[in-house]
Amino acid sequence: MGTAAIQSSLALTRDGIFVEIARLLERFRAGESAITSETVIAEDLTMDSLQVMDLMMELEDRFDVSIPLNLVPEIATVGQLADTIYASKTGA
Amino acid sequence: MGLFDRFKTIREVHGAVKACGADPFGVKMDRIVSATEAVIEGRPTILCGSNNYLGLTFDADCVGAAQRATQEFGTGTTGSRIANGSYSCHKSLEIDLADFYGKKHCMVFTTGYQANLGAISTLVGPGDFVIIDADSHASIYDACKLGSATVIRFRHNDPVDLDKRLQRIANEPGNKLVVVEGIYSMLGDHAPLKEFVAVKKKHGAYLLVDEAHSMGVMGKTGRGLLEQEGVDADVDFVTGTFSKSMGAIGGFLVSDHPDFEILRVACRPYMFTASMPPSLVASVRASLAKLRAHPELMVRLWRNVDTLYHGLEAAGFKLGRQKGPVVALHINDPALAARAWHGLLQYGVYVNLALPPATPSGTALLRCSVCAAHTTEQLQRVTDVITKVGLELGIIRDVSVRIAAAE
Repeated sequence: MGTAAIQSSLALTRDGIFVEIARLLERFRAGESAITSETVIAEDLTMDSLQVMDLMMELEDRFDVSIPLNLVPEIATVGQLADTIYASKTGA
Repeated sequence: MGLFDRFKTIREVHGAVKACGADPFGVKMDRIVSATEAVIEGRPTILCGSNNYLGLTFDADCVGAAQRATQEFGTGTTGSRIANGSYSCHKSLEIDLADFYGKKHCMVFTTGYQANLGAISTLVGPGDFVIIDADSHASIYDACKLGSATVIRFRHNDPVDLDKRLQRIANEPGNKLVVVEGIYSMLGDHAPLKEFVAVKKKHGAYLLVDEAHSMGVMGKTGRGLLEQEGVDADVDFVTGTFSKSMGAIGGFLVSDHPDFEILRVACRPYMFTASMPPSLVASVRASLAKLRAHPELMVRLWRNVDTLYHGLEAAGFKLGRQKGPVVALHINDPALAARAWHGLLQYGVYVNLALPPATPSGTALLRCSVCAAHTTEQLQRVTDVITKVGLELGIIRDVSVRIAAAE
């Protein structure tokens, strides 16, 4: 399945967005622990602040949304990140 | 948790860097001999990392102007422009700069950092958007934090990416300010300004260009990248600093915007700090006059850029793609870069060590900056020393070995 197809099939649901984010975060996973909605981005993953900003850019393109830098400090967990993107997609 | 416990990671990283034998962030210059020479730890050292592009720090006219201004107006203004008054020299400098850039208005700030902080945080407000290059200087990021506009980041020097991100907010009613830099201070690359101008026009956005590293360096008369690219009239706001080619400290914002003057009573980093001291205002005015009277200073600078860039390229170093007065040597391993930096210092060559996250994409850099006042002999010495250290540490291979490998 191509990237465009992934976008169209996953972009509409909050859980679909979470699955896609978790897939993108796989390369930053520390040890064996799985990525869950409760995973804290700045603490449980091997990402520095610059990598977090670059991830946001990647997600903006993946889901065709804007994730303003001002919002980033308020996004602590992967679940909150999925919520933020879902809210942007649905205009909620 | 202790007050400074959250700096644990920084402390560890800094400790690892200092393990190279010295602290790259704590270099002490015992004596400054000239624009290109200092004494560091008792050693005569060639300065090749001071951003002193035109070499005017010891220019007799600039020094004389600063001395006379100190005699006449005192050592400091002891207050801000709005609370304690402007000196006539502040206004004169603003008129000089507006004239130099061919713009109607100019505001002078106490530092270049504050010029970006003030301009960007004030030009856009709640409901507006500021769209910044991902590799922007810290002053631009900090301005975004101080201001209340929504901040969007686009991929470095990528007009297509900027277009895409502006498209996503096309239906939002707020003003949009795009911020780019003439020359990026770490890799020395410059913005594709014509393309950025086309994108900002398409979306009805404003464009601010920070010419900190390109003023007095690029363009026929030294106005920077906007002059070189012929887009003066399409750039809405220009910021810059006096701490590089002008050889002092201070910053500015110029524009043709008819309501510009309101910024003087709205821009907090302008209003709530003491103004530039008279000595510096005078030396900057002298430096600007020198640049305007002697554009050949830039010819000398670029001749020196050629010498250093091609010398290091021939030695086999991986350099920034765009040639300019910032010559950055890419070294993948930060610890190796720190050892190389210390090796250079011990041989009497000062360059800058730049490490992630201040550098793009996790690269470590040995960052050289070229000066119009460097002699060919000095640049040869710098090239020889960097090559020697590069060979000793295995960063480059001997030319004969490389030729043999290529055959």
